[in-house]
Amino acid sequence: MTRRLSAASLLPSLVAVALVAFPAVAGKFYLQLSSGIMIMAIFAMSLNLLVGCTGLVSLGHAAFFGVGAYALLLLSPQYAPASLWLTLPAAVGAAALAALAIGLLVLRSSGVYFIMATLAFAQMFFYYANGAKWLGGSDGAYIFAKPDAALFSVAPFKLADNTHFYYVALALMAATYGLLRLLLRAPFGRVLEGIRVNEQRMRSLGFATFRYKLVSFVIAGGLAGLAGYLDAAQFGFVNPELFGWRQSGTVLMMVILGGAGAVHGPILGAVALVLLQEVLADATRHWLLPMGLFIILAVLALPGGLAGLRPPRAMRRRPEARRV
Amino acid sequence: MSEPVLRVDRLSKNFSGLAAVSEVTLELALGEVHAVIGPNGAGKTTLIGLLSGDLQPSSGSVRYEGKEIAGLPPERIARLGVGHLYQRTNIFPSFTAFENCRLATQARLGSSMRFLRPALRYRELNEAAERALAEVGLAGRRGTPAAALSHGEQRQLELAMTLATAPRLLLLDEPLAGMGGEESQRMVALIAGLAADHAILLVEHDMDAVFSVAHRLTVLVNGRVLASDAPEAIRRSRAVQEAYLGGEAPA
Repeated sequence: MTRRLSAASLLPSLVAVALVAFPAVAGKFYLQLSSGIMIMAIFAMSLNLLVGCTGLVSLGHAAFFGVGAYALLLLSPQYAPASLWLTLPAAVGAAALAALAIGLLVLRSSGVYFIMATLAFAQMFFYYANGAKWLGGSDGAYIFAKPDAALFSVAPFKLADNTHFYYVALALMAATYGLLRLLLRAPFGRVLEGIRVNEQRMRSLGFATFRYKLVSFVIAGGLAGLAGYLDAAQFGFVNPELFGWRQSGTVLMMVILGGAGAVHGPILGAVALVLLQEVLADATRHWLLPMGLFIILAVLALPGGLAGLRPPRAMRRRPEARRV
Repeated sequence: MSEPVLRVDRLSKNFSGLAAVSEVTLELALGEVHAVIGPNGAGKTTLIGLLSGDLQPSSGSVRYEGKEIAGLPPERIARLGVGHLYQRTNIFPSFTAFENCRLATQARLGSSMRFLRPALRYRELNEAAERALAEVGLAGRRGTPAAALSHGEQRQLELAMTLATAPRLLLLDEPLAGMGGEESQRMVALIAGLAADHAILLVEHDMDAVFSVAHRLTVLVNGRVLASDAPEAIRRSRAVQEAYLGGEAPA
């Protein structure tokens, strides 16, 4: 039986082409806005590894975002650019290390205690950064030069160029997405899903679940650090709010709004939330009110999030093509 | 019979002063079905929990293949080759029957810290999962979500998962509970067949089934061993009849 190409099966390719072609038509403002969205999408996807895959609801994920951002600050010379190739891995490593240390402690709890413990650790980072002079204190600090991509004095791209930055963010978002897809299909991802559904059963089958949760926490922390690093690089500025509970709450909202059940859900959530914020903040000073209402309605109407929205029947693929 | 696979020595468990299991001693060899019977609340499920690691013993010793396992976490005990069928069905409801079994076989990999090759490309695991499903008679239901299976099928599925981890000792907690007549017969035949190359500790209320498959019976009352003997001797025992079988000889 031959299958005609349906509109829905073409959708991912169309989206990819549109994303690559976007800088050709977009101005500076929209390029920066979309780069920012893609950074948040990386952040949200990293959190979803915990929330949607492992069943660990963290309300302190901003801690690792902040570590990634502050790592760039600390590794940058005062007025000269730092090397991208050194600082990016270092920032991701620092965030992963922080996640390892915190994970060893918080993963001993579960449910609401886990939520509280993660929040508490992120708040500790927040208050520390708030009071630490060497980190710029409550005012934050500027990073005057964007990281330099030069390798052996040849620069393949310049982060100071909005278009280049856009493509770097796009490539890293795609890489994060691909990495998560790979992980979730592999035995490791299957163990995480099993832990989410029935952790006690996983243990009685012989899986040392703590170790898998810890590795999941460390990967999620490292990817959040990547997002934080990019955020600091884009805006050239860090402040303690990057560690704050608002930041953790916003990214959790992106995950829930977009749909924790799909790898691409958090991307949709990041797009929707950032755009909505732009539109509403333009329209009214009291934009948080309609924003809150929208989120409540969206959660009520779409239990699977935006990713759970199905195309009209005629556009659907065969049900067998869906992921189990 | 050969060396005992399992040797339980004066095992006790207190729940805040209440002795749920007290000074239980028993042995189990390969090829043997050892049934533990007793009235509700006698401590049968607690005993199984102590052996599987889901509960921590208060005192006493559990030796499995010569190794002390009392107090080890459940995942360690499972990896040593102890399979557990829970009294209350304990599966992954949203996964298909096949994925339930496949995940169980994945426990054999040693480590699942494998990040790149898709899980479904581990052919030997898929085959082991299919075999386990076929063994319990669920091959035709492989693609059905576990939550959509009938109660009896879910029990069969859980047994398949347990078998998929390739255990040598099986702890079966009321495998027949809630099953219809035909499903029951099938399960009893399955257990009898498994006895050939497993050591089986069976907790079950269905006395017909117990007396048809068990080589040895331990009667537990109020957490203590009242009697432990061959089925015929237990059937004739006056003390057991008074305490548990209610005076009427089981058919």
